[in-house]
Amino acid sequence: MTQIENRIWDKEHECMPRTQLEQLQLERLQQTLRRVNEQVPCYKNKFSTLGIKPEDIRSLDDMARLPFTTKEDLRLNYPYGMFAVPMRDVVRIHSSSGTTGKPTVVGYTRNDLRTWTQLAARFMTAAGVSADDIVHIAFGYGLFTGAFGLHYGAEEIGASVIPISSGNSDKQIMIMQDYQSSALVCTPSYALTLADRMEQQGINIDTLSLRVGLFGGEPWSEEMRREIETRLGIVATDNYGLSEVMGPGVAGECCHQCGMHIFEDHFIAEIIDPDSGEVLPRGSSGELVLTSITKEAFPIIRYRTRDITKLEYERCECGRTHVRMLKTMGRSDDMLIIKGVNVFPTQIEEVLFQIDGCEPHYQLVVERAGTMDTLEVQVEVNERIFFDEMKKQRAFVDMLEKRLLSALGVGANVKLVEPSSIPRHEGKAKRVIDKRNQGGAQ
Amino acid sequence: MQVEQISIFIENKSGRLAEVTQVLGESDINIRALSLADTSDFGILRLIVDKTDLARQTLKERGFTVNKTAVVAVEVPDRPAGLAGILQILDGGGVNVEYMYAFVEHSANNAVIIFRFDDADAAIKVLLANDIKVLEGERVYHM
Repeated sequence: MTQIENRIWDKEHECMPRTQLEQLQLERLQQTLRRVNEQVPCYKNKFSTLGIKPEDIRSLDDMARLPFTTKEDLRLNYPYGMFAVPMRDVVRIHSSSGTTGKPTVVGYTRNDLRTWTQLAARFMTAAGVSADDIVHIAFGYGLFTGAFGLHYGAEEIGASVIPISSGNSDKQIMIMQDYQSSALVCTPSYALTLADRMEQQGINIDTLSLRVGLFGGEPWSEEMRREIETRLGIVATDNYGLSEVMGPGVAGECCHQCGMHIFEDHFIAEIIDPDSGEVLPRGSSGELVLTSITKEAFPIIRYRTRDITKLEYERCECGRTHVRMLKTMGRSDDMLIIKGVNVFPTQIEEVLFQIDGCEPHYQLVVERAGTMDTLEVQVEVNERIFFDEMKKQRAFVDMLEKRLLSALGVGANVKLVEPSSIPRHEGKAKRVIDKRNQGGAQ
Repeated sequence: MQVEQISIFIENKSGRLAEVTQVLGESDINIRALSLADTSDFGILRLIVDKTDLARQTLKERGFTVNKTAVVAVEVPDRPAGLAGILQILDGGGVNVEYMYAFVEHSANNAVIIFRFDDADAAIKVLLANDIKVLEGERVYHM
């Protein structure tokens, strides 16, 4: 596996001394607050309810006084109620998948698209993409922000873009081979689906030109990173974004892979206690809250991302001064409470990946038998964890159950299932089926 | 002296066994012997077929998990205590049997039993030293 070079797209902003950066953040925040107070009734009402005027925010510490914005606010103002510019200034519309009700709609002005392109170019450069690369974009093109964000970023860098979109793994693999794709863009779970398919077809990864992978759109563990790197023979990097804040390009890893630099000249990051809403001291794990400070069409103030992470302020060796967010542990709303114990799907994923040959495809089924919660971990079997002897097969299941118990602090039943029987998702993987709240279970 | 066996992971739901046999039938593969070990959740189907590699490849393409293992086909006298005698010999030779199952066809007047040993080479040595006939793979696939 080759290492990626340390290159920086926008040295002036990415390596800006922190005092200067914080001054820039404050100025941009104050401008944003003034604008949303004038243009967006939702913010105006929230501020006046709390008796806050934009000019009361005189330092970054004063931010804690500002109200949060939640997905619910965006739903209540569906579709265009949170826009801060007239529609004639909006040149692009994207939206979230809307799996739990109405989707949330976001808009971009021409300037917003320029900013987005620049920020995508930043994290893609940090991930090793250059003008020499052929970038294979296997995110779905459409309302989802993933594909377009990286598409324009890659073109800005000067790379050659293959806008293949999602789906049809066999065709993806053929194009990767024939067009010599060198950088793969998709969700981490789809990268493994592609690796599976190549293995099934007996394709040697040495016949591919893939060098780096830029993965995002769902939480994934360090173990999953290593699995992708080994099986596809690439350097796998993480990036972060969400449509409500901009899309991909909020943060991305550099060559040191020690967390994702949040582009702080455009966003302010805070970590809060998801229950109390209190800002937590530096270095704590908690829910990431983001504020956009340069967006025109869809500014967002203290957005509760629901992603659980930690911020590292220590200076990175790459030269960037921007804070790093660690891999998200999972979403606060993905967290399962099983027999009173907090369980994140990513913890289970880590256990699975530590076992040689374990499949990346798993699903959790939570049920309530009487008053007891039960957690079933369904794991797809493959040749490396399948034995012709029942004794060994049972021993494998027992070992997995023991490791899960010690990692989670709560017991889980492991059920082996046939390959490809867990539904595959080209977008975000759905890992959890919670049957406890369905139809009179309680 | 060993025989190739394929094993297939089968989830415990209706129609899976039928699908395996159908896939094999479509590829003109003949099943020579089989055994199924199962739990409430899943089963392990073990097969001796006339075209092992083709069977393995075809099933893999249809999404099954398939492994190949070497087993030993042993001629066992088809009379009371025929099997008991052989198991005693193996036990005396310090060889463990992981599992075994019977072959459909006879070899001359003898029954044929498929054995999975913890140490196949040692088992074969013990069997041959006691004049027990061990069948070659090629013979077994086309019996």
